[in-house]
Amino acid sequence: MTDLTLTFERAHPLDPPEMYTRIRQQDAVHRMTYSDGHLGWLVTGYAVARAVLADPRFSNRPELTHPPLPSRMEFAQQLREQELKVPPGFFLRMDAPEHTRYRKLLTGQFTVRRMKQLEPRIHEITESCLDAMEAAGPPVDLVSAFAMPIPSLVICELLGVPYEDRAQFQEDTKILVDLDAKGQDAMDALTRISAFLYGLIQRKRAAPGDDLISGLVASGELNDEELTGVAVLLLVAGHETTANMIALGTYALLTNPGQLAAMRDDPAQVNNGVEELLRYLTIIHLGPIRTALEDVELEGRLVKKGDSVTLHLPIVNRDPARFPGGDRLDVTREATGHLAFGHGIHQCLGQQLARIEMRIAYSALLRRLPGLGLAVPPEEVPMRSDMSIYGVHRLPVTW
Amino acid sequence: MEIKANTQLCIGAGMCALTVPQVFDQSDDEGLVVLLEPNPSADLEEAVRRAVNLCPSGAISVD
Repeated sequence: MTDLTLTFERAHPLDPPEMYTRIRQQDAVHRMTYSDGHLGWLVTGYAVARAVLADPRFSNRPELTHPPLPSRMEFAQQLREQELKVPPGFFLRMDAPEHTRYRKLLTGQFTVRRMKQLEPRIHEITESCLDAMEAAGPPVDLVSAFAMPIPSLVICELLGVPYEDRAQFQEDTKILVDLDAKGQDAMDALTRISAFLYGLIQRKRAAPGDDLISGLVASGELNDEELTGVAVLLLVAGHETTANMIALGTYALLTNPGQLAAMRDDPAQVNNGVEELLRYLTIIHLGPIRTALEDVELEGRLVKKGDSVTLHLPIVNRDPARFPGGDRLDVTREATGHLAFGHGIHQCLGQQLARIEMRIAYSALLRRLPGLGLAVPPEEVPMRSDMSIYGVHRLPVTW
Repeated sequence: MEIKANTQLCIGAGMCALTVPQVFDQSDDEGLVVLLEPNPSADLEEAVRRAVNLCPSGAISVD
């Protein structure tokens, strides 16, 4: 089967489209025709996906990548046309050793210990969001009152981005991850957010603060274009993904009351529950995509040099060969080893921050509002089927 | 059990330090793996093997 019509439409909001489960049941590595006619591959098995992500023979460079989706890849297409090479500082889409240079400048800022030092402040932010929710009274939209402000405020303070400027960069981020956005609108959003951070970098140079961007500026390792690219990446990745995990994770718990009770009644279960929610929800629709730099054999299939390989991480993370009963949410399961943060050299730089934010957010929410429930029927919650980062647009809750 | 850590391969994801903080740490400057205990006691063996498996860049190994 090579004429796959890729779909993001879900029959059940918490499950990837069933089509991909059927594909995985047939084979972990599938031939797939890409939207530009390229005959590439789709990976649905855990072991193969992990191997591809760790294999330096697979590149992450955008100019080598074929787009798997026809209509919704206009932005990617435009990036390919306008800027054949990856923009300076966008190390997420670079290979080693170029990637290594940027990553090593940042890893010291995101260690387990450093992130742990942020815990008191994250607690404080979380509690003040809950105070405001209680003062306002139900019903409240959990996305705008809780899930979005916590990671936004944390990443702003960490990077040294003024939180007062959030309206514009949150709006631009929304456009960047909107699968239906026109290519030009996405380019404009990227230009705006880059200009904003470029300006901020100039101000940090003149008057440094005690923050990550000031530190990067002072290191003198990167020029302004590179600094801007890094800052855009950290700001966008730093709030959008975690915000959606907090909100969609809450939706998942509210629609699985037994799991919610298990996490609420045993605080020791929260760490495990976070890993399980990361695995079970894997909040992207498809991807990432890699391209073979030489011929590589995968499960007996010959992937030729130049072939693009699309990994379907939500399906991969439910592979019963690695996670038995993987279609079921079970917060008591040993879920570490999931690929929700990726694997290999590009594994999420901010994962230890995201873990702490989620642990604090879920446990405070369940502790402070034990009667938490949806304020609308579950089927009326608007899902982010139209955004590259999955989640809920709004989550009306009551307590 | 003897553990080896390779800072050339390390990408500072922190999975080892998160999984077995008694054995692994991260340097403050670059966040790269620091081996606190190359020969940990037998009761830590399972956790160390889990950390080796979780490392995204193959920077740690056990004999």
